Amino acid sequence: MCLGIPGQIIEITDADRLMAMADISGVRREVSVACVATPNLNDLLGEWALIHVGFAMSVIDADEAEKTLEALRGLGEAQETLEAMAEGTAALEGAQ
Amino acid sequence: MNMSTPIKPARLRGDRVTMAHGGGGKAMRDLIEEIFTDVFLPPGSEDQARLTSDALREPGAQLAFTTDSFVVSPPEFPGGDIGKIAVCGTVNDLAVGGAKPLWLSAAFIIEEGCEFALLRRIVASMQAEAEKAGVRIVTGDTKVVERGAADKVFVTTSGVGVIPAGRDMRADNIRAGDVALVNGVLGDHGATILAARGDMALSTDIQSDCQSLNTLIEAVLEAAPNTRAARDATRGGVASALNEMAEAAGVQIEIDETALPLRPEVKGVCEVLGLDPLYLANEGTLVLFVPPDEAEAALAAMQGVEAGRNATAIGRAKIGVAGRVTMSTLFGGQRLVDTLVGEQLPRIC
Amino acid sequence: MRYVEEFRDPVAAKAVLLAIEALVEEIGATAEKPVHIMEICGGHTHAIFRYGLDRLTPKGIEFIHGPGCPVCVLPMSRIDECVEIAERREVIFCTFGDAMRVPGTRKSLLQAKADGADIRMVYSPLDALEIARRNPEREVVFFGLGFETTTPSTALSIQQAAREGLGNFSVFCNHITVPPPIKALLDDPHMVLDGFVGPGHVSMVIGTHPYDFIAETYGKPIVVAGFEPLDLLQSVLMVLRQIRDGRAEVENQYARVVPEHGNPVSLAAIADVYEPRPTFEWRGLGEIDASGLRIRGKYAAFDAEEKFSVGYGAGPRIVAEPEGCACGQVMTGRIKPTGCPQYGTGCTPEMPLGALMVSSEGACAAYYQYGATDDTLEAAE
Repeated sequence: MCLGIPGQIIEITDADRLMAMADISGVRREVSVACVATPNLNDLLGEWALIHVGFAMSVIDADEAEKTLEALRGLGEAQETLEAMAEGTAALEGAQ
Repeated sequence: MNMSTPIKPARLRGDRVTMAHGGGGKAMRDLIEEIFTDVFLPPGSEDQARLTSDALREPGAQLAFTTDSFVVSPPEFPGGDIGKIAVCGTVNDLAVGGAKPLWLSAAFIIEEGCEFALLRRIVASMQAEAEKAGVRIVTGDTKVVERGAADKVFVTTSGVGVIPAGRDMRADNIRAGDVALVNGVLGDHGATILAARGDMALSTDIQSDCQSLNTLIEAVLEAAPNTRAARDATRGGVASALNEMAEAAGVQIEIDETALPLRPEVKGVCEVLGLDPLYLANEGTLVLFVPPDEAEAALAAMQGVEAGRNATAIGRAKIGVAGRVTMSTLFGGQRLVDTLVGEQLPRIC
Repeated sequence: MRYVEEFRDPVAAKAVLLAIEALVEEIGATAEKPVHIMEICGGHTHAIFRYGLDRLTPKGIEFIHGPGCPVCVLPMSRIDECVEIAERREVIFCTFGDAMRVPGTRKSLLQAKADGADIRMVYSPLDALEIARRNPEREVVFFGLGFETTTPSTALSIQQAAREGLGNFSVFCNHITVPPPIKALLDDPHMVLDGFVGPGHVSMVIGTHPYDFIAETYGKPIVVAGFEPLDLLQSVLMVLRQIRDGRAEVENQYARVVPEHGNPVSLAAIADVYEPRPTFEWRGLGEIDASGLRIRGKYAAFDAEEKFSVGYGAGPRIVAEPEGCACGQVMTGRIKPTGCPQYGTGCTPEMPLGALMVSSEGACAAYYQYGATDDTLEAAE
């Protein structure tokens, strides 16, 4: 349900009607920024937003994204540690 | 060739096609001569083309004959137009079967109100593409229909070519172990047309991949003489071409998601509209199967010509389950790549 | 960061999968005694099959595909009403492509278009507004469809039409809400569920608190999830951790997009334009109280139900679902798509009988399209 895709706000096209141009992997589409409007619309320039049916629905929080990726990296590191330990044990066993 | 023709006084009146141009009288003759035959045919040509070819006299040579209709809307789009596609499409249909394309016919169904200028541009790009591909447009026809009965202009081309003796490129030649190659990025044409139609209000810098592939195929066949089969991945995209080939050869074809060449913009269009690029149409992209020991040579040959600069291997045939196409996903998961049901529709969920 | 590729990294996925495997083992879940996790959202169902996650996760996890595909739960009677409106000569009927193939009693919108109705596929209700501006002599009707994610877009479009005095624009409102059917499922005694993966894009509008009852009243874990494969895997891991720890909480894996309290502008627009219907019919689930929205009286001029006297205002309409269709049982997780006697024979994507075979988010279509039940896929590897 609800196909949404990150796009970057690159231009305010109609401030009165709260419309802006979003760039999604090189595809441009005019979207409404009504849901994420700031007092000065230009503050949105360069921001990434979740685009759904022609509306910017939520500005993407870069810090939160980083935290999520950090947690994922943490899992990877934990896994490496486990693997290293397993290899170490195997090496020890092999040496016996 | 019209460059050398002496310039005749223009006889066509107005700037649009009317029903009078389909009436069989003087207006029709003026339309045909000024817009079509003056460009396609040498002066003094007759309605019926009479043709000979040394290639056909070779023992074992086969005649190849194919036809295709083109109704693309809009008729002009970034990277091409309906005329260019009409030439490339039929040239490619011949070439993927191993034929060297020689002659084309071109028939036009024109909607009343269509601008002469549009027809002139379409005819010019057909002639340019024909010259590039080394084929001649030798006969044709025009009909005019009432407004609404066609969308500006529809084009049908038929093509004749010669398959040299000993060449066999039927899809049932594919065997387990053969490598699947494509000559370039996937889905450009489909994504371009979606954007160009304007219904979805998307703008991109993508261009249609519309191009003739006969030179590329000849280069591959020289470098990899045991090339098994080729298909141009037009409507229904690469997925449909692969499914047809898997079925014809009774093999399973497995492709690798990470190996699929896709432009970011095409991915973007697909993400926005919820489409799968494997099913987007191409007009100058083929899938080709070669035995593993000739894969490298075939790839290098493709990359050596303009139409194959982005050529790459995308998968292979295996025994598996006959007629099935599967894809190993980004994560090493497996999924089916089925034949498209109907038309791919943009979706929001 | 582009917020897409980073969340599709196969190396990171491997680490999450290993952690999931370890946790499944720790919990003691097996193929015979699996943990049942419902992904509520059809977008998640689609992603699971598209990336082959169902095959990559251990057999001790069984995904139950929830009711979160707005096209799939749309009752046939509503499609019939769409066709009725679309076939009026003065109407230009605008719809998302998703709804085109859904079968009605007489025909689908695709068939109605072939029969001459002026039906146009659009990407956004804003495009329908633009069509209304350009065709003042025609009635432009937008097929408002979807959960809370999509509801603000039609609410804002109606507000815009009101501001412009665009009298020839109206919305045929079929918006539905996520929490009521979840409650209905949790109240179903046949339902066995150990936890939920929550709908990320619905939640960016409504926030995470509307799910509090799942944890507090029903004691089930729920993790609001993004739509990239890593998002989904991480969310499954978070659900499993809650199960292992005996916790039942609402967690938010998709915090980069989902604010705790949702989007205030969207919520205000929804509240201004829409009100709950007393009840709304869901295909396969029946009538669910307060699960659908209708346009408030002050925007009646933009309500296609009012304008064309169709729908809930126009009296009771009982339309039986096609015979042999088990969409309802599939949607409640009682049977797998393959358990339906019509699956793959009487009901295929070419000739869909039930809605779950129509939308690419429908569990049956996803099974069929991606070969989800095909053991030979693995055998051939």
